[in-house]
Amino acid sequence: MRRILMRQMKDNQSGTIVNIKANGELGRRIRDMGLVPGTPIKIQGRAPLYDPVALKVLNFTLTLRNREADFIVVEVDE
Amino acid sequence: MSKTPVIALAGNPNSGKTTLFNSLTGARQHVGNYPGVTVEKKEGIYSADGVRIRIVDLPGTYSLTAYSLEEVVTRDFVVNEKPDLVIDIVDASNLERNLYLAVQFLELGAPLCIALNMVDVAEARGIEIDMDRLSRHLGVPVVPTVARTGRGKRALMETAVKAMAHKGQAPLRISYGDDLDGAISEMEKEILKNAFLTQTYPPRWIALKYLENDQQILSKGRAAHPEVSKHLEQQVRKVSDHLMATTGNAPEALIADQRYGYIYSILKQGVVVHKKARDRLYHSDRIDKVLTHRVVGPLVMVLVIFGLYHFTFTYSKTPIAWVEYLFAWIQDMVQAFMPEGMLKSLVISGVIDGVGGVLSFVPLLLMMFFGIAVLEDSGYLARIAFMLDRVFSLFGLHGSSVMAYIVSGGIAGGCAVPGVMATRTLRSPKERLATLLTAPFMNCGAKLPVFALLIAAFFKENESVFMFAITLVAWAGALLVAKLLRVTVIRGAPTPFVMELPPYRWPMLKGLLIHTWERTWQYIKKAGTVILAISILLWAMMSFPRLPEDRGTSPGFEKKAASTSEPLPFQEDPSPSGQALPEARRAQRALRHSIAGRIGVALEGISRLAGFDWRVNIALIGGFAAKEVVVSTLGTAYSLGETDVQDSTPLSEKLAESPGWRPLTALSLLIFTMFYAPCFITVISISREAGSWKWGAFSILFNTTFAFLLAAALFQIGSWLGY
Repeated sequence: MRRILMRQMKDNQSGTIVNIKANGELGRRIRDMGLVPGTPIKIQGRAPLYDPVALKVLNFTLTLRNREADFIVVEVDE
Repeated sequence: MSKTPVIALAGNPNSGKTTLFNSLTGARQHVGNYPGVTVEKKEGIYSADGVRIRIVDLPGTYSLTAYSLEEVVTRDFVVNEKPDLVIDIVDASNLERNLYLAVQFLELGAPLCIALNMVDVAEARGIEIDMDRLSRHLGVPVVPTVARTGRGKRALMETAVKAMAHKGQAPLRISYGDDLDGAISEMEKEILKNAFLTQTYPPRWIALKYLENDQQILSKGRAAHPEVSKHLEQQVRKVSDHLMATTGNAPEALIADQRYGYIYSILKQGVVVHKKARDRLYHSDRIDKVLTHRVVGPLVMVLVIFGLYHFTFTYSKTPIAWVEYLFAWIQDMVQAFMPEGMLKSLVISGVIDGVGGVLSFVPLLLMMFFGIAVLEDSGYLARIAFMLDRVFSLFGLHGSSVMAYIVSGGIAGGCAVPGVMATRTLRSPKERLATLLTAPFMNCGAKLPVFALLIAAFFKENESVFMFAITLVAWAGALLVAKLLRVTVIRGAPTPFVMELPPYRWPMLKGLLIHTWERTWQYIKKAGTVILAISILLWAMMSFPRLPEDRGTSPGFEKKAASTSEPLPFQEDPSPSGQALPEARRAQRALRHSIAGRIGVALEGISRLAGFDWRVNIALIGGFAAKEVVVSTLGTAYSLGETDVQDSTPLSEKLAESPGWRPLTALSLLIFTMFYAPCFITVISISREAGSWKWGAFSILFNTTFAFLLAAALFQIGSWLGY
């Protein structure tokens, strides 16, 4: 088990959110979409220019810019 | 007669809310705006089995914060208008996230009924939901529906009617953990004791909003009861400092986490059973493997955008021609049967040209709205935003900005009016404003005749290079100005790009048609009246005051004179130019004598800096009506009589040999035409979409100043270099 930032995750890698370091509007938007500690996620892929990133959360697909993914700490197997 | 009961429809975007609304109300819809904001308010009437219910379609939201207009509008409606029932449309295949909104309605104490929508999709995904159990845990009725087929609609409305009968649901109380619960109950006591905003909101909810640092409630509280508010804020600060120190998160974050915790705890109690692995790929994911692929994705996107463009602008040509033909015919009728005089000229050039101008856009708008609705409803528009966001965010815009740019003429030949209206799909307010203010820089179809004239006159050898360069310059200008605006007047951090990529779905024809017609009708209704008024104003500016010899003549003489001459620059007449020179000269003098002419002459002192004489100035003033008018007005100003916008060869020859013109002048005018004030139809659209006349005025002043500085710099530097 290793803790990394979401930006560092590779395509198709899975993990579990452990912490969201953002507060205010960004933090709220991220959490409102169900990205709360304990939620499993999987990186689905990245846009052609490597930003934003698309991830699978619960049963839907969400996109975030890399600079926003920097606030999300994920625990990955390895 | 008793008041018609009101049901509000709420739910996440893409939950099928609009489909359900269309299915409940049919075409009996009314679209307006919430007072003072640009958020759309849709209403309709449901009637069946002798009940009549007013249905309000609230904006799609994920939450009820004060961060976005949609969310504020939603909760204000629920709190202030007190609908008899809120139906929350919940996507059954995404229960966790959708219930997050439902829980917030319950905390607000709203009378709620849950429509568990898309149960067919959930079933296919192996998600089994025990609805009775869910209903018991939440304390509200839950009805399964499939909005696309109409399944469950009747049962839903029957349940809704029953639910409306017994009102007065106590607000839900969720436990937020020891630290927060302690603070909440203390604050609640204080709120109750002072009757602090309690006539509007439940006390515990107020305490929660204070803890969430909700700006709307904070400012209401400060206004109503500054002392109590101050004390509450102190309490919030205390618990907030404590939480930041121990967990590193603000209360707001923990509240959101706990709400999800509450939802998970309910779902775990046998409400949801997943029969299939959750991380398997759905159809949508497979399609995305191709459509957002690093190489294939952008290629397909270019094809789709080009296809939309082609569809919109090619297929609207014929109906536009019909509308124009119809108005030309009406004009001919007036020409033939109305007595000569100023009134006739007003009717022809002011009224018919004005109304015709408004209506000739309608086929274009219908096609464009239809095309964009297909992209939006199918889910592809979100992918376009996803793929292009990296580029557009560099300039302070959003991936979705591309649609507005393309439609406005990002591929030369578009139109800024539908382009500006296409920004509605953008949900980030600052990015949206920057997009709609810069989209008119693109080369719309009306600017092309002006460019064609100038290029034919001075740069004939390099025609194709020039046309391509013009497109590049427009893009560069729009993006750079967007960046400039985003660091000055529309300053502010980028709106988070936390966006859902909805599953691909087949758009529903009924929804597309309703959506398309609704948008177009709004344009006709609201823009129509203003455009008519401005069209008449512009006509007057270019017709008054009249030449003394025209004014002083006897009516009989005037009749004779007017029937042989061409008194107005706006008037369409295919007669070969340069034929009737005395009349053409007269038209030139009349134009110079008019208000517009005088303004043009007065401005010559400044406009010389960019190389423009009074003739060009008048033409540019005329171009405010529509950019192609620059060509016809220039024709009149050069005494060529009527100039055909489509074939301006005599004019371009005349310009090429005029002593006042050289290639640099043409280049300067080209740049100015590209960037100066949008035509007034666009200005009105900007004002409407931005929600204030201020932005319409801004686009006139800012764009003209910007264009003039560019043109003048170009002309001065070019002259200095000896061109």
